[in-house]
Amino acid sequence: MGIQGMELFAIGVVVILFMAVLKQFGILEPISSFEDSSDSDLELSTVRHQPEGLDQLQAQTKFTRKELQSLYRGFKNECPSGMVDEETFKTIYSQFFPQGDASTYAHFLFNAFDMDRNGSIRFEDFVIGLSVLLRGSVTEKLNWAFNLYDINKDGYITKEEMLAIMKSIYDMMGRYTYPCVRDDAPSEHVDKFFQKMDKNRDGVVTIEEFIETCQKDENIMNSMQLFENHWMMEQHQN
Amino acid sequence: MATGVAAWLPFARAAAIGWMPVANCPMPIAPRDNSRKQDELIILNVSGRRFQTWRTTLDRYPDTLLGSSEKDFFYNEETKEYFFDRDPDAFRSILNFYRTGKLHYPRHECISAYDEELTFFGIIPEIIGDCCYEEYKDRKRENLERLQDDQEENKDLKQPNLNFRETMWRAFENPHTSTLALVFYYVTGFFIAISVITNVVETVPCGTTTNQKDMPCGERYTVAFFCIDTACVMIFTVEYLLRLFAAPSRYRFMRSVMSIIDVVAILPYYIGLVMTNNEDVSGAFVTLRVFRVFRIFKFSRHSQGLRILGYTLKSCASELGFLLFSLTMAIIIFATVMFYAEKGSSSTKFTSIPASFWYTIVTMTTLGYGDMVPKTIAGKIFGSICSLSGVLVIALPVPVIVSNFSRIYHQNQRADKRRAQKKARLARVRIAKSGSANAFLQSKHNGLLNELLELTGSEEDEQKLIKCTSLLESQHHHLLRCLEKTTAHEFVDEQVYEQNCLETALQTYPSHSSSIASHDSPAMTCCGASGKKNTPLPNANLPLANPVPSHRGPLQELSALHIPLSHTSSRSNLNLRTDESKRINCKSGRITTAIISLPTPPALAPDSDGLHGPPQRRPPPPLGHPAAPSIQTTTSSAGTNIVKVSAL
Repeated sequence: MGIQGMELFAIGVVVILFMAVLKQFGILEPISSFEDSSDSDLELSTVRHQPEGLDQLQAQTKFTRKELQSLYRGFKNECPSGMVDEETFKTIYSQFFPQGDASTYAHFLFNAFDMDRNGSIRFEDFVIGLSVLLRGSVTEKLNWAFNLYDINKDGYITKEEMLAIMKSIYDMMGRYTYPCVRDDAPSEHVDKFFQKMDKNRDGVVTIEEFIETCQKDENIMNSMQLFENHWMMEQHQN
Repeated sequence: MATGVAAWLPFARAAAIGWMPVANCPMPIAPRDNSRKQDELIILNVSGRRFQTWRTTLDRYPDTLLGSSEKDFFYNEETKEYFFDRDPDAFRSILNFYRTGKLHYPRHECISAYDEELTFFGIIPEIIGDCCYEEYKDRKRENLERLQDDQEENKDLKQPNLNFRETMWRAFENPHTSTLALVFYYVTGFFIAISVITNVVETVPCGTTTNQKDMPCGERYTVAFFCIDTACVMIFTVEYLLRLFAAPSRYRFMRSVMSIIDVVAILPYYIGLVMTNNEDVSGAFVTLRVFRVFRIFKFSRHSQGLRILGYTLKSCASELGFLLFSLTMAIIIFATVMFYAEKGSSSTKFTSIPASFWYTIVTMTTLGYGDMVPKTIAGKIFGSICSLSGVLVIALPVPVIVSNFSRIYHQNQRADKRRAQKKARLARVRIAKSGSANAFLQSKHNGLLNELLELTGSEEDEQKLIKCTSLLESQHHHLLRCLEKTTAHEFVDEQVYEQNCLETALQTYPSHSSSIASHDSPAMTCCGASGKKNTPLPNANLPLANPVPSHRGPLQELSALHIPLSHTSSRSNLNLRTDESKRINCKSGRITTAIISLPTPPALAPDSDGLHGPPQRRPPPPLGHPAAPSIQTTTSSAGTNIVKVSAL
């Protein structure tokens, strides 16, 4: 009885080994390898993008030709494929805020720049966004900020959206702050914001309320001009 | 912040507008950078190859040479470019670092050359990208090992003052240091061999005469073998005790492997002496004799290959362990399987699993004695699988061990090769050094000749002398001369220095010399200081033995030094005529000594005043011989160009 069993076992082992050998010779391949044939094709389509011509961009933005040239050179240097995906964007942006976690805010920022929502920022998006931020009128900038806060782009900023934005901004601070960031600090800040902005107390902030309130606030108006001057100074001499 | 993303900073700052509506307090004022230059193309000319890049690219790393104002030192106003006299190939990787933010190490580049370039351009090697970092580290480690080996050898040579114990220890560890050590080394080696051979021969059956059975030689010639054994053991004991005495740290020595082997090698003998021929313990006594074979390990002191092997095995301990473990696993598995496969067949040798171990081991190592063979089909199938897998399991860790051995072996080879090359290298260094020292002395001599010739007015010889030295050389020699003046000593050749030392011993005319010396001192200003400070007083009794002509002034009695170099007569010949100066040929090969002493020109009156003028123009007189009045050089090479110039 035991002999019988051992012999069966032995024959089983032999059969397995035989199949292993056959696989090596490629005779058994069609059975096992039909799923890996399509992998090779995917790599060929390079994700690459060429921007529109210099003239069109000049028409669409408020940058001069030289500024566009300089911007493109910097952009292409960092992203040779011509497109920035969200991960790269997050990495780049996080490098400016080493103490905290800038990935959430970077996500919102990415969505604000990626206007056609295709998951990557092309040079046109980049430069158009920059044009608004640096050369645009105050209204345009405020529009842009509203767009940033309105996560689902429905035209209203809800408390939840604002809370998410606020949390992400506080996240960038990191742990080591003075005074320590309390857990309810973002929501407090959101409450203050809504108090200021939400005129009709309907729980959401519309674009008109937003712009109106901001235009009345001197601090905000001053700060809108802040970066513009600097940038113009930099680029002016290029 | 990685400066690769510096290009995105303006963007990040612009995006900060998103915070503005949320903020409750005013923002700080933005910094204004008034001194920003335009972004222009910079031309970097590295040994003729021109690289161009934007200025902002270079500004990304402000703590490097190219990124800071340090590169202004290399700016060439006429061509409006930055010129670096460095290797353009290595510069490529450096410039790429600025462009891409990643530093790569090109494989064909020599590691030390690359390191130098990095240091020059102010880039720390630690930022080499991950793709190239491993290679860089490996090669750096190799290079370091190479340098370390060199240094260790240097250390060996530089120990002048050791006490007896340390000398002995050094002699034991490096038998090449002295002949006594070498003798000791060979003697012990010889006795180890004798001991091992006797152990072996002891058991060979010598021919029998009257007895029926063969007696091993050991029992036949007991006394002889005992004597040889005693002698060997005595030598080994003495050696061990000497080593123990000489060891710098006795405790560590006693724990070291070699000393344990030594002890184990000689202990059986002593235990055998102590024990009597008791029946109970003779079994143990026989076992002890086995340990005598450990004497063969004493050869590892004598053979480097053995040491390498031992070191390799030690360093591959983990691979060996893995090998052993996998073998054990396989043995147990296959033994079990074979046992159950063969259980049914009659008169099988596979009586138990441990009994099957033997079969499995013999099969897996492909020995196949054939004393146990499976008879059933299943057994045969599993047996064949067993032997195939045995080959694989053993073959896997072996390359690791082999590569380890190869690496260690090559390291040792390298050490040997370097030792051989070292002698050649040192000889070259010595020649180079002496060449430059001689060049200096030669130039001093030329300077004197020059001035002499100026005085004698032979122009063409002067020309011949002048063109012999380049600007660099002449500046270097001037520097050495300044040093001489500062310390009020002079550079001389080795032989002359030795001779000076000899002369101080041979002082026989102190009075005569001292009077002259005292005459000298007021005459010499800074030159004379040298004469006073040096111990060897001028010895007029030099084996020159040429009579000083009487019309010379007192200062001229001191004759030039005898230059002992060449075999051809190097006596200063005070009576040579000046027209022989025409034979001055600065191209005449090695001029190894130039003890220069000043001739008093015949035109000037031989009084002390006359010497004020010329000596101040000329280099100071040689060591201990103020105002010896003749110049003499000899060439050591062919010896035929003996140029002696003296003026009377």
